[in-house]
Amino acid sequence: MFQTKSSKLITFLIAGVLLLVLPLFAQQFGNGPVRIIDLALLYVLLALGLNIVVGYAGLLDLGYVAFYAVGAYLFALLNSPHLSENFEHIAAAFPNGLHLPLLLAIALAALLAGLFGVLLGAPTLKLRGDYLAIVTLGFGEIIRVFLNNMEYPLNITNGPRGIGQIDGVHFLGFEFSQSHEILGLSVNSVSMYYYLFLALVIASVLICYRLENSRIGRAWMAIREDEIAAKAMGINTRNMKLLAFGMGATFGGVAGSMFGAFQGFVSPESFSLQESIMIVAMVVLGGIGHIPGVILGALLLAALPEVLRYVAGPLQEMTDGRLDASILRQLLVALAMIVIMLMRPRGLWPSPEHGKSRPLPPGAQPPANAGSAINA
Amino acid sequence: MEILFQQIINGLVLGSMYALVALGYTMVYGIINLINFAHGDVLMVGALVSWTVVTALASLGLPGWVLMLAALVCAILVCTLLNYTIEKIAYRPLRSAPRLAPLITAMGMSLLLQTLAMIIWKPNPKPFPQLLPADPIHLGGAVITVTQIVILVTTVVILGGLLFLVNHTKMGRAMRATAENPRVASLMGVKPDAVISLTFIIGAALAAVAGLMWAANYGTAQHTMGVLPGLKAFTAAVVGGIGNLAGAMVGGVLLGLIEAIGAGYLGDWTGGVLGSHYSDIFAFIALILVLTLRPSGLLGERVADRA
Repeated sequence: MFQTKSSKLITFLIAGVLLLVLPLFAQQFGNGPVRIIDLALLYVLLALGLNIVVGYAGLLDLGYVAFYAVGAYLFALLNSPHLSENFEHIAAAFPNGLHLPLLLAIALAALLAGLFGVLLGAPTLKLRGDYLAIVTLGFGEIIRVFLNNMEYPLNITNGPRGIGQIDGVHFLGFEFSQSHEILGLSVNSVSMYYYLFLALVIASVLICYRLENSRIGRAWMAIREDEIAAKAMGINTRNMKLLAFGMGATFGGVAGSMFGAFQGFVSPESFSLQESIMIVAMVVLGGIGHIPGVILGALLLAALPEVLRYVAGPLQEMTDGRLDASILRQLLVALAMIVIMLMRPRGLWPSPEHGKSRPLPPGAQPPANAGSAINA
Repeated sequence: MEILFQQIINGLVLGSMYALVALGYTMVYGIINLINFAHGDVLMVGALVSWTVVTALASLGLPGWVLMLAALVCAILVCTLLNYTIEKIAYRPLRSAPRLAPLITAMGMSLLLQTLAMIIWKPNPKPFPQLLPADPIHLGGAVITVTQIVILVTTVVILGGLLFLVNHTKMGRAMRATAENPRVASLMGVKPDAVISLTFIIGAALAAVAGLMWAANYGTAQHTMGVLPGLKAFTAAVVGGIGNLAGAMVGGVLLGLIEAIGAGYLGDWTGGVLGSHYSDIFAFIALILVLTLRPSGLLGERVADRA
């Protein structure tokens, strides 16, 4: 590429410092802006996870929010008094409620969500494209109906009322839900979560980059481009697809557990079909299969509409209360989905084109090193 | 036994509405391979337009069926115009784009229609007046309303008409040819763009009819009412074998029956653990089962590879 190694390093360092300072700057304006950034980071995590399934393996998953829900509910059950209040033998064993340490909670959420991912993947292996889309969508709805109704005869999810009083994250005796004095700076709880989420996002980005260039990633992309050819080349398409579902779901589970801890409350309302569609839109609008694009898409769709809340006030007065913040947000997201796709059908920041999708000038020979563009 | 009979009637009514919406999905999918996510919301627009017409004309003292007809005409007009416009501005420019792009615009369009409907009609549910005689008719222990009879008869007539249109007219042959291969069809003098527009118009008209029926049957209309029927109808289209008109009808009716019977008996079967509020998942469980066993749907001949 056109950047030299040292200038790349400098860009990284500047970006790193900016990312570290960002919440400290934003918290001057109160907790609101930092909360928006926190949630945007969670969406980045989700979008990265979905990108594994849709972007790499080419499996359109419209029920992704189900895994987010699984992670969030598992974390909620394990870190709130809900189970002890509703089940006597659990109350007898853990009178003060189970309070799992962070790493264990994340691991369990990732594991369970990954398991659900494989469960969803297994019966749908033969399906492709739109058929898969509608089945995954149905799966997401099934999970939501269960979350909404599993309060009788055993009260597991507390139905539409949701589960509250979820503990915040604590790690090695360090409470994320309290303010701390670090190097003379007061860092409040939402900023602490920012650093936690940022760490998770960075870890995910690293994992995704490594995956993309690994044998597994290449196998996924081969399946995406031409499944039959991939099979003929000796790729075990069944296992690879299951792995993609499982891995994507794992990310969803981790993001979900963090969402539960951050909000302190989960209910089925947060895991609607709308949310699934929003995450797919983030991946596709940003640039499917391209990590920087996916991050851009997630940040854009998650954060921009929130900023609009501040302009919604006057608009609401002008339109007699018909255009309030939430309606404006929805309107903007809908328009963004349509307009961006019409203007840039491959996304805002697409991956460098290669292989079959690379447009050739008429009469040109395909370049000899076409495949190496993946590494660029 | 009476419960079963009653649930079969309910299932047929529900299923015929699903079938009408499913036809719109399956025709569009058959021709341009797009899940038109906004289709359920066209139903919603049809229902809300009907509500507006009915409430606006209510003070004139006209008989119920006249109001119903007026609402039907207006709903069909608005919906066909809307769907035609949507296809033209949102889907047509993306014919040669990557497959996911039109899908995302369709999702965006669905969200946009819901938002606009919320702005125009406000978010609260609208009570839809009882236009046809409300007295239930007793039928061997079960009851059926006049509205439900009208729904069943109208659906049968429309479905018959559509099958005739597609299988026995020149226009229908053009549609089938375009679905098979748009480029070859255009060599034969068919204009694929015109056929696609026509498909969207027919689909919208069917959805408008279904929207009015839905509002009249359940007595309410709201900006979010299109989502679930839309999903279920698409499910029905896939279960029947997408791209196949008869399949959409069979799938719709079957899904309606499964849902109604499931909702009626689930509590008994599971000893009260799962109640009728789980009825929404039947469609999706049926979908997963059918696709696992027969990936091309019940009546579908095309291989799932095409998708």
